[in-house]
Amino acid sequence: MKSRFTLSKLGNVVGLALGLTMAVNMNVSAASVNTTGLAVTDKVVKVGILHSLTGTMAISETGAQEAEKLAIKQINDMGGILGRQIEVIQEDGASDWPTFAEKSRKLLVKDKVAAVFGCWTSASRKAALPVFEKENGLLYYPTFYEGLEQSHNVIYTGQEATQQILAGLDWVAKEKKAKTFYLIGSDYIWPRTTMKIARKHIENVLGGKVVGEDYKPLGNTQFGSTINKIRLKKPDVIYAAVVGGSNVAWFKQLKAAGITSKKQTLLTLSVTEDEVLGIGGENLEGFYSVMKYFQSQDNENNKAFVKAFKEMWGDDSVMGDVTQAAYLGPWLWKAAVEKAGSFDVDKVVKVSETAGIELKQAPEGYVKLHPNHHLWSKTRVAKWNKDGQATVVFESDLIEPNPFPKGYQ
Amino acid sequence: MGDYTTQELLSIFAMQGFAGFSLFSVLLLMALGLAIIFGQMGVINMAHGEFMAVGAYTTYLMSAVSEKYFPGFIQYYFVFAIVFSFLIAGLLGYLAEFALIRHLYKRPLDTLLATWGLSLIMQQTFRSVFGAREVSPTLPDWLLGSYQPTDTIDIPLNGLFVLALTAIVTLGVFILMYRSSWGLRVRATTQNRVMSGAVGINTKKIDRLTFALGCGIAGIAGAAFTTIASTGPTTGSLYIVDTFMVVVFGGAGSLFGTIASAFSIAQAQSILEFFISGSMAKVMTLLTIVIFLMMRPEGLFSIKVRK
Repeated sequence: MKSRFTLSKLGNVVGLALGLTMAVNMNVSAASVNTTGLAVTDKVVKVGILHSLTGTMAISETGAQEAEKLAIKQINDMGGILGRQIEVIQEDGASDWPTFAEKSRKLLVKDKVAAVFGCWTSASRKAALPVFEKENGLLYYPTFYEGLEQSHNVIYTGQEATQQILAGLDWVAKEKKAKTFYLIGSDYIWPRTTMKIARKHIENVLGGKVVGEDYKPLGNTQFGSTINKIRLKKPDVIYAAVVGGSNVAWFKQLKAAGITSKKQTLLTLSVTEDEVLGIGGENLEGFYSVMKYFQSQDNENNKAFVKAFKEMWGDDSVMGDVTQAAYLGPWLWKAAVEKAGSFDVDKVVKVSETAGIELKQAPEGYVKLHPNHHLWSKTRVAKWNKDGQATVVFESDLIEPNPFPKGYQ
Repeated sequence: MGDYTTQELLSIFAMQGFAGFSLFSVLLLMALGLAIIFGQMGVINMAHGEFMAVGAYTTYLMSAVSEKYFPGFIQYYFVFAIVFSFLIAGLLGYLAEFALIRHLYKRPLDTLLATWGLSLIMQQTFRSVFGAREVSPTLPDWLLGSYQPTDTIDIPLNGLFVLALTAIVTLGVFILMYRSSWGLRVRATTQNRVMSGAVGINTKKIDRLTFALGCGIAGIAGAAFTTIASTGPTTGSLYIVDTFMVVVFGGAGSLFGTIASAFSIAQAQSILEFFISGSMAKVMTLLTIVIFLMMRPEGLFSIKVRK
């Protein structure tokens, strides 16, 4: 099948438009756009959403699945994909990693979905990965993560570790003349890998010194001793990747111990607008987060995204980095499917790797797919305000994704 | 250590001492309610953490209500929140005992399963009512910031508050259990249930009130911990392991054992954490406890119970 393409900027259908390369062949039959038995009819294409709606991860994953549904609704409102409306089959991963694998199998084998948007933790992705590879499914994964992975069957819409880490460290070394760093994280794969990369960069590239490295069990709420250790070491920068409920205790106790942004520079990799709801803006005021997206970003597309999100999910909603990355998933899939003129996973992946799929008007700004399945994206450093929003103080150039960084292993 | 003045080192030493005491008070407050339920009744209450969450959510609700309707009240609501947390968690405990626990006294292992089921039900209820996101109450100003006796010492106010509250609750429990006639009946029931019944103690009523009291104290702990961490549907499960550790290590049924156990675990943990990483400190503490319990299965202190 040969497709014709025109470059057309989409109209402002739902108060928001992502400029995409769009195919105009709307009248192709299901058989020709789907040769592998996916759940595609002449009118409808089925996709899966797989996040934790229950259990401990529900806190984080709620925003991601809301963003995916928003994107899908907007795509449907503007006519769907290849003339087909997207129908969502939602499954609950229940914060339990084997459940993610089991539900993935159900979505791919029983429902025959054309794509799945889902997973949040690395553990859930690692559990689902063998299923996606065996059944040749397609997963759009939204979270910033530790890297060291590149699967034929996964598109990573969040940042891999080096994208997030290096730009932030460079910034703090230059702007704050930082020489000494204290690294602290929760004790699991993401913070450990992250800190390994950070330490190499601090010692080998920036010529700085790591004066302490500490890991706390997940869920730990006591930071008294760690805070005293930090006082003793007097680092220029505290570099933190503490997650979940621990995060809240960590910042509350820092504040209670009198360590505020007036005396101490702190950079965190694990605080988005979602976390601030629990931590409280007053406990974070003046500290910095390093992410690719902040809700306060001042551009038309982001304003439209924030508005549409609040209309759909309520005025109290906040949008964090992962929420925005999850929102990109359906749009990237749409762009690839239309360019391939097919829902077949192999064709969509091939186009994603080779055709330079790009979103010109993503809320975070321009992004482009790299052949290694990750996104070219900018990294931003933002300073937290009392009201729970952050002001971007630094924006990098577009950074090439490098999931297997040499010299950082 | 050339870069530090003696004063700085002394300050850090003092603050480190306080960190240990702070952890001690947190562990003790968590464990008191369970010590009463597990120690006096032999019920393994896996939903203990969820009763703490009930207290925490009560505090959050009261904070939200006072913020919206009585803004002038925001400095004082916290004291009332603690009382309400006690009452509501206690009432729920009373109902749980009536509906669930009392049918299982003869099957102690089944209470473990039943209360675990109860904890799951409560978690999902929190999630449906309050949402999956973690929440924090707005704290009154007198709980924020730190007390500075000198320039280089910062003592967190919320830590001091939890310490004081723990002292009060512990004293209250002590008086209730060892100086009141009700406490006498509770202890009598623990030591010999059949005999207590024979001399006219209504053991069923004692059981129900003991369980409610334990849950109520869990509620107080939950309210107090909102000053330290946030509250989510699964907050309770974070605390349950530490709580059981303290009670088992201290020796079931002994209030002094619980205090001694919380103190030694807290000091060991906080001193170790100062010298090695947090995760390793936890491993070392747990290992020590395991070895100790292998040699002395009844824990630090134990009381003789006629089975």
